[in-house]
Amino acid sequence: MRPQLPRGCAPFLDLVHVLRRNGFAVSPDQTEGFLAAVTLLGPRSMEHIRRAAIATLAPAIERMDAFDTLFRAVFFGEARAAATGGEDEEETVVKDRGAAEMGGEAPLQQEKGGAHASEIERLAARDIAAGDRLKRFRDQLPDALPRRRAFRRLRTRTRGAVDLRRTLREIVRTDGDLAAPRLARRQEIARRIVLLLDISGSMRTHTDELVTLAHAVRQAAPRAEAFTIGTRLTRITPALRLRDRAQALARTAALVDDWNGGTRIGPALKAFLAVPRFAALARGALVVLASDGLERGGHQDFEAAMRRLSGLAHRLSLATPLAGDPRFRPETAALAAVLPALDDLVDGSSAQAIADFILTLNRPAPKASAVWKETPHAACR
Amino acid sequence: MREKPASDVASSPEAVAERFRDCRYIADEPLATAVFLALRLGKPLLLEGMPGVGKTEAAKAVAKILGRDLIRLQCYEGIDAQHALYEWNYQRQLLAIRQAGDADIDIYADRFLIERPLLRSLRHPQRTVLLIDEIDRSDHEFEALLLEYLSDFQISIPERGTVEAAEPPVAILTSNRTRELAEALRRRCVYHWIAYPDPEREAAIILTRAAGVAEATAAAVARAVGTIRARPLAKPPGISEAVEWANAATVLEKGGSPWPEAFRRAIGVLIKDEEDLAYLRAELPRIVEDALA
Repeated sequence: MRPQLPRGCAPFLDLVHVLRRNGFAVSPDQTEGFLAAVTLLGPRSMEHIRRAAIATLAPAIERMDAFDTLFRAVFFGEARAAATGGEDEEETVVKDRGAAEMGGEAPLQQEKGGAHASEIERLAARDIAAGDRLKRFRDQLPDALPRRRAFRRLRTRTRGAVDLRRTLREIVRTDGDLAAPRLARRQEIARRIVLLLDISGSMRTHTDELVTLAHAVRQAAPRAEAFTIGTRLTRITPALRLRDRAQALARTAALVDDWNGGTRIGPALKAFLAVPRFAALARGALVVLASDGLERGGHQDFEAAMRRLSGLAHRLSLATPLAGDPRFRPETAALAAVLPALDDLVDGSSAQAIADFILTLNRPAPKASAVWKETPHAACR
Repeated sequence: MREKPASDVASSPEAVAERFRDCRYIADEPLATAVFLALRLGKPLLLEGMPGVGKTEAAKAVAKILGRDLIRLQCYEGIDAQHALYEWNYQRQLLAIRQAGDADIDIYADRFLIERPLLRSLRHPQRTVLLIDEIDRSDHEFEALLLEYLSDFQISIPERGTVEAAEPPVAILTSNRTRELAEALRRRCVYHWIAYPDPEREAAIILTRAAGVAEATAAAVARAVGTIRARPLAKPPGISEAVEWANAATVLEKGGSPWPEAFRRAIGVLIKDEEDLAYLRAELPRIVEDALA
């Protein structure tokens, strides 16, 4: 028999159910804590109930607006259109944040119809043509990524420091006889690679290849992350997790709302850096921005964001299709401004060129500004 | 320090806010409510917010109002069980084995155990406040390690069994939100986001923290800092920087610098990023003059 809760609990449980339906993770423990908190606070006002809900249900600060909307919907009967929607929490946050930062319209309100369907077909068709060109790249990438020391220790026979804990246990186990001390050394893990793909109209001819490359990177390096930037910022990593390329590309096409739109690289990168967990992804990572760098309007945002990214990332690279031309020089105002922040400015005219560059990331290289100063016309690697 | 029962201190959110004020910490109502709930529900308190909003100070104030010792665990990338829970003194164990010869020896006795902050908080003779500072700097694996501690206030030591707290400590976690914490950790805690204070509260904090600062100066600093925080800076100034700025400007003014100039000359204690300084240089005189008006 199910235990009967007091009728007074009903609105509080309603809130929990509504939150869960809208992608907030609320555990039974938290529900219990919420009811206990409400009891402790009286409650003497609706504000007390709201505070009890925030303290015990712990919504993320980025979703506080959605939380408040749902709270008002449950307790005041207000409309909650803005907060509803069955999308994945990750995707919603990315799109919401991007749209909010760039002053765009709310992405969840956008129509999804024929445009997406044709995009899926187009990507899937071109994918067949792409074939397995990147297969070799996928095989080589895991060994080619630069590595960093992780905290975990590995047992080892030959290299490393004496593992005192294991050595002592061995001594106790063998009653004082120890043939050789036990050794351990710090594990090494591949650095994360973060791909920021410009999908604006000026990159139209490269978009498919870039997404295909991102899929190959994600499949070969499980900690890799990928975002598209155009008029907004979209995290496409969840779509690229699918092993089947056609499915992954179709999912990506459906996820992104701003294919072939305008270019707002600076605001999109600012949006990326404004979400703490995205900025944290770039910390110590290899960040590759695939873009022509043709920023509409002023480039101050682009420059500031690249400087900040440069401070976070282990290595910041810009792969631009323009560099495929041997006469290319980084002379546009935007490229000249971001050049000091870049570790590499390389040929991004094809997925293969970017893939070849990624495979060289574990080799030390001079800063992009030095490269382009010394050998202006042959600098493109 | 004389310990006070949590139920006495936390009779209501208003009482908690009052106690905070006694400890020279100006807590707003939502923070007082969160602390009240954490104390009364016996759950850890997770404080998130931008750097410099007073998260660590809040934990210190809680220790003070409860009259308990504060044990602090500063997190960093790579922190692990040996730094947070306990460690065996292997060198001492090896020496003891050698000294003992054929005699029996318990190498897992207390004297070989090095207590780290989490274990110390459980075995402390009095109840304590445990501050786990900047948890977002640690690795995901470390968060998982904390789960047992935060749920049951116990630690399992394979060689000794489970160590439980007779009286669980008050655990306070802080995070600058440089990364998202695991849901499992969040749901074990009472949560509160500490935002930057409004100018009135910030002025009150400055007056509480900086003894020699005049009321008008504190109000001007609070207004100016509020305006500066609204600018797109790489490192927005925290409350402690605002207090230092008010102090520094007062010292310069007493040394002979007139008012707007004293603020401008002391800007180095408020803004600690070269690009931010360059960005604000042109605008600063107007911001200061508006704040003083």
